[in-house]
Amino acid sequence: MAIDKNSTGYTFLFSIIMVVVVGTSLAYTSLSLKERQKANAADKKMMNILGAIGVDANRANASALFSDYVVERVAIDMNGQELLVTSSAVDPKDKEDPFGIDVKKDYRASVKSAVKAADGDETALLAALSNGNLRFPLFRCDKDGENLFVIPMVGSGLWGPIWGYVALEEDKTTIYGAKFDHKTETPGLGAEIREDFFTEKFKGKKLNADARALFTITKGGAPTDEYSVDGITGGTITSKGVDEMMNRTLKVYSRYFESETRAQR
Amino acid sequence: MSTDIVAAPKKESLFSKQNRRLLSDPLDDSNPITVQVLGICSALAITVQLQQAVIMSLSVLFVMIGGNVIVSLLRNLIPDRIRIIVQLVVVASLVIIVDQVLKAFQPDISEKLSVFVGLIITNCIIMGRLEAFALANKPGPSFLDAIGNAMGYAWILLAVSIVREVFGSGSISLPGMGQVKFLPTEWFMSEGGFYENNNLMILPPMALITVGVIIWIQRSRNQSLIEEN
Repeated sequence: MAIDKNSTGYTFLFSIIMVVVVGTSLAYTSLSLKERQKANAADKKMMNILGAIGVDANRANASALFSDYVVERVAIDMNGQELLVTSSAVDPKDKEDPFGIDVKKDYRASVKSAVKAADGDETALLAALSNGNLRFPLFRCDKDGENLFVIPMVGSGLWGPIWGYVALEEDKTTIYGAKFDHKTETPGLGAEIREDFFTEKFKGKKLNADARALFTITKGGAPTDEYSVDGITGGTITSKGVDEMMNRTLKVYSRYFESETRAQR
Repeated sequence: MSTDIVAAPKKESLFSKQNRRLLSDPLDDSNPITVQVLGICSALAITVQLQQAVIMSLSVLFVMIGGNVIVSLLRNLIPDRIRIIVQLVVVASLVIIVDQVLKAFQPDISEKLSVFVGLIITNCIIMGRLEAFALANKPGPSFLDAIGNAMGYAWILLAVSIVREVFGSGSISLPGMGQVKFLPTEWFMSEGGFYENNNLMILPPMALITVGVIIWIQRSRNQSLIEEN
């Protein structure tokens, strides 16, 4: 071969061609599969929301069951003001649709750093997030005549993001059901938040509107009352993450519920 | 460089005796998992259910064949100084393609495999074969070598996952078919029967023990594998 394979120029040329070829083919793959992946993610989201109200759905029937049970989708802002109410069919292309609000993305983009900066100071957190144009989705469901509210939430565990869906009963203080999941928590410890034994404990518990914390995940087998559940042994930071995520998110919604009841009076 | 394989002479049929050994050796004598003890991490992590093992094996087969053939085709063009980077880029892009395809067509299994699809990149079997074989051999033999090694990896995965799923969950699952429970429910203790699934089986240590038993059987059959000391 005429070209010196080990010359710097050849090495650079080879790298550049390689990067262009690989980049193009990966971009093409990603673009051509995007629609399917989005549809899968939407199905999964519907399954999770239905799971929080105790309806078992699979990928095949998720969207049908979703339109059966979920009667209203609401978007609210950080201060609990209602922005939009819709009961039409879910439209994945509609940017305004509360179903399309990506709480995970919002969390990554602004909420996570604000939570860290506020370091437990609620007013600081509220001030930091109020001007961020954050939208929060709420799903009002009708299950056998019961009015249920499903609230999606995202937070941080030990290694990565955790998220969940909490369903409240019509009184907006009793927990009807919960579903949590995580990306990379430690198997056998923090990862257990997705298991039924943990989520079962939330059923029938109440949110304490008068106390500083709406709800507590206790540590080390401390006694639990109707406003708290026992955390996971060996999964302290994940449990704390669930605690923080629930309190931060539910407070936004309790502001909304309050203003709504005032309006009804 | 590889110990047992010499670059094939010029005019050799693809299925000569030597090339057939490329396929058969990794299944037994130089099995990547049981003899070379490579790729153990994923083998232990994803063998709880057969369907995950099947998808994982197919993914590794695809990445292995793609990586081996591409690197073998480029072997005279790749600058020596950046050859590891080139191999990594090839493997990584193939893995990303696999990951994207799984997310689109097998979302549930993709979720269960989670990080382990991405970790195929760091699977020593793949990098090992690229460095030891594909860089020095033509695409034909490299293709066979890839199939051989991927199959050597796959059959261990499948065997372990069948054992673990049958005894741990009392079921067999295949992609697209879901989980099939073959034991009648009234056999289970919770229904007043006599049978209980062995929960130890679905925990990671049992995968190690199962692989250990396979190695034991293999070595008692094939004495030449036993080291002298």
